[in-house]
Order: sequence, then structure tokens, then C-alpha cells
Amino acid sequence: MNYVFYLLAALTVCGGLAAILLRNTVHCALALTVAFAGLALLFLKLGAQFAGFVQVLVYIGAVAILVVFAILLTRGSETPQQVYSRYWIEGLVISSGVFAVLGWAVLGSARVLPHEMAAPPVTVLQIGNALMDRYVLPLEMIAVLLTAAMIGAVIVAMSKNVGTK
Amino acid sequence: MIEFLDQFFILFKNWLVGFLPAGLQQLAALSLCVTTIILAFPLLFAVTVLLERKGLGRIQNRYGPNRVGWFGVLQPIADGVKSLTKEDIVPASADKAVHFLAPVLLVVVVFMGFAVLPMGRNMVLVDMDCGLLFFYSMSASAELSIFMAGWSSRNKYSLLGAMRAVAQMISYEVPLLMSSVPVVMMTGSLSLVKIVEAQAHYSYGFPHWYIFTPWGFAGFVMYAIATTAETNRSPFDLPEGESELVAGYHTEYSGFKFALFFLGEYLSMFSISGLGATLFLGGWSAPFSFLGWVPSWIWFFSKLMLSIVVFIWLRGTLPRLRQDQLMNFAWKFVLPLTLLNLMVAALWRFMGDGWLRWVVCLAILALAYVFMCRNGLRRGQIRPRRYRYAE
Repeated sequence: MNYVFYLLAALTVCGGLAAILLRNTVHCALALTVAFAGLALLFLKLGAQFAGFVQVLVYIGAVAILVVFAILLTRGSETPQQVYSRYWIEGLVISSGVFAVLGWAVLGSARVLPHEMAAPPVTVLQIGNALMDRYVLPLEMIAVLLTAAMIGAVIVAMSKNVGTK
Repeated sequence: MIEFLDQFFILFKNWLVGFLPAGLQQLAALSLCVTTIILAFPLLFAVTVLLERKGLGRIQNRYGPNRVGWFGVLQPIADGVKSLTKEDIVPASADKAVHFLAPVLLVVVVFMGFAVLPMGRNMVLVDMDCGLLFFYSMSASAELSIFMAGWSSRNKYSLLGAMRAVAQMISYEVPLLMSSVPVVMMTGSLSLVKIVEAQAHYSYGFPHWYIFTPWGFAGFVMYAIATTAETNRSPFDLPEGESELVAGYHTEYSGFKFALFFLGEYLSMFSISGLGATLFLGGWSAPFSFLGWVPSWIWFFSKLMLSIVVFIWLRGTLPRLRQDQLMNFAWKFVLPLTLLNLMVAALWRFMGDGWLRWVVCLAILALAYVFMCRNGLRRGQIRPRRYRYAE
């Protein structure tokens, strides 16, 4: 079943490449959702149902829509004159640095965790129990952080004279 | 005999598949089920469109379709032929690829939702561990296709309609998800099959459906509101308000592509009503224990059709909301109540059996409802509006 992986990987990489190479910004955003869908399918291929569907729900259902809204509400969907940014060398350096770190971490994971040969079948019940039991403190901290960020965003976006209406 | 009728479709499928060699059986069974879903729901769509047009005609004191066939019963066939033979017009400045992909994506995504709905005892295509999550992730992907349709048409009405639709669907998705979370909390599973099984037992002849508990009733009401908005049905049909936006995001679609949008809209109505029946109304289980002999799929489809009739009734009765009323209602009224409902459900779970939990949970919900309505009235957000020209 290895060819499924290569198919999905090709889909994801093509989506990602199209997202940076296409000229029209909305086309880029749509290509990005293809990459998101490819990632979700890769999660499903690995047997991580929860992660896969959450990927679809959050990234395709919300983040992609947010990106598209941001494009339409700021610059409109017209094609920019200059296709490539002036800072493409810096961007290339940063992204290859990130890629190198991630690749190093992924390749090193087999050495750090030598006993985990096969991935255990994980059900939603186990994920829920782990979140509510062992990882409850990080979960709560992230929840507080996100709530604070949301309130901050609302305050920033709110116009000054709302209360006087 | 009862058992045979109940499992009729399963037995029929097994009998058909039995003719094939063993290696092909699984594949054939799957494709048979998929084909059945793809055929059955568009047929239901045809019936529903006729029902809706006749019903709306009745409500609005006119005849409705009455020319094709007896009392207009062949109208869906005429509509189908018309949409197949009409010219498919694509605007000259439209984005051709995206314009073509949008209706296809919508219908595909909406059909996927049916895969996890249990339509009868053992009648589910895939019993996923994350069934509910799968359903919601598919319905969230439909938003993107609506945006694609509106944007690619290069028409300001289309784009406005798509923006309205997407904003509305994003806003009401939060209460939709939140109102179904208590059900998951009570069942302890995201699998829709398990959710139905948890409701399909009886005491004193009455079922243990979730709607017959305080949190379930409140959750169902909010679920119904959110689904009406999610499917862009009246009174939340701003995205395609004819008087303002021609036809919203599918203004520039004609012929069969328009029919696909129409189909997608009704299919999402079916699937989301089916999910509502599964979550709160006991799915395929009978409403009284002495009616247990009626086949389970009849119950599922009657509950589904009942919700559709309510949808049609609402459409004929209620006027359209304004955009700001719509958003205020979602974020300031429905969402806080769903959050409170989560707490009430937790309270219900940990108070144990007895009459006390009924009193406490009902009191909390009723007080919150009254308080929020009063508060809204006092702040003048939900007040009846006066228009100067109407006086």
C-alpha cells in the first residue's frame, strides 16, 4: 500500500508548490487547501482518524476561509504586478532552515524512541482520556492563552465609539 | 417476518453480492451501498421539491405546480429534463476551472456526509470511531465550494451572496458543534451508531431519547436553529435573498450546474436533518416500545421527513432576518446558551438519578433563557423595529 503514500505526498507537495507559484492570490489560497486536504489524507493513512478529521474541520473549514476572507477584504483578488517578492532569498533561507530542523527532528525520532516500533491504534476515547488526565495542565494553559488572544483581537478590531451609539 | 423486514436491505445486499466470487464481494457490497445512497437521496430530493412547492403554495394561498401530471406530481421530472437541456452559460470573465469545480465539490462533499449516518439497524456505510467529527468536517468543506462559486463568477451579487453565506455558516457552525457536544458527553462516543444505540432502550414504554431531557431539549432547539442557518434556509436565507441579490452565489450558474447547487442544498438539508434525528430523536429507534415491530429504516426516514416538513413550514411562515440581527442572534444569544447547556449536561450527569436533577437543570435553563431575553430587550437589540416609511 506504499503507492497510496506517494500519491498523497505528491498531491500535498503539488498543492504547496501551486500555493506559492500561482499568480492569482485566490488561486494560491485554493491550492493551499489542496495541500491541507493532502495532509489530512496522510493523517488518515497513518490511522490517526481524529487528527485527520480535525485537520479538515479546522484547516479547510476555518483557516482556508479566513485566508480567503483576508485576501478579499484587504487587497482584492487582482493579480499583483510583481510576482516574486523582493525578499525571496531571505524567505528561502528561513524556510530551508525550518525544513532542516523538522527533518532532523523527524529522522532522529527513531533513535530517541527506539522501543516504539509500530504505532498503537489510538481511539478518540484514549485521546480524550489523555487530554483530561495527563495533559490537563497544558490543555488549560492553551485554552487560557487562546481566550486571551481572542479577547485581544476583538478589542483591537472594535472601533472606538461602539459604546456611544 | 419482522426481523426480515427490518433487515430487508442488508439481506438483499448480501443476496446480490453472493453471486460474485469471494475476492470481489467486499468491493461490490461497498459500491452497491454507495450507489443506493447516490440514487435514493436525489429521488427523495425530487419528492421534497414537489412537496415544498405544493406546501408553500398552500401556505401562500395559491395552487403551486398543477400542470404536469395529476396535481403536478410529474413536475420534478419536467424540472430535471429542463435543467439537463438548458444551455450551460459561463460568464466570459469567469474563472473557468473554479467555476466548474464549485458545484461538483459541493455535491461530492455533501454526499460524503451520508456515509456515517445510521439509516436503520445495521444500515450504515462506515461505522467510524469519529463519525460525528467526519460529518462536521465534511459540512465545513461545503463552505469553501460556496465561496469558490461566488468568487469565480466575477459578479458582485455572487460575491456578496458568497460572503454572506460563508460568514453565516462560520458563525452558526460554532453553536451547531457546541449543541451536539452534550450528546457526545452523555454517550461517551463520537460514533453515530453508538449514539443511536445509547438512546434505543425504553422504560415504561417510553424511549430514552436525548430530546426528553432538559439539556437535550435545549440542545435540540439550538441545533434546529443552527441547522436552519447552516443550510441557508428561510428565515436565514440572506445569502440568496432574491429581493436583494438576484440569487446569491449561484446567480451565474445555469442548466445542470444550477441543478447541482439546488441538489446540494437539499441534500445537505437531508443529511443535517438525519444527523439531528440521530443525535436527539433516537435515530432509527421507535417512539414507543410497542411500535418496535415497524422496520427501523421507516422510523429514520419518517423523522427525516418530519424535519423537512418543519423546514418548509418555517420557510412559508417567517420573514427574513437582517444581517446584523443574524450575527447578533448567533453570537450573543445562541452561543452563550449552548455553553451553558454544556454545564447543565455535566450537572445532569453527576447529579445521579432522581427528580432533583430535573428541577435543577430545568430551572437553570429556563432562568438563563428568560434572563437573556429580558437583557436583549432592555439593550434594544431584539426589539421589534419601526420603520419610518411604514408609519
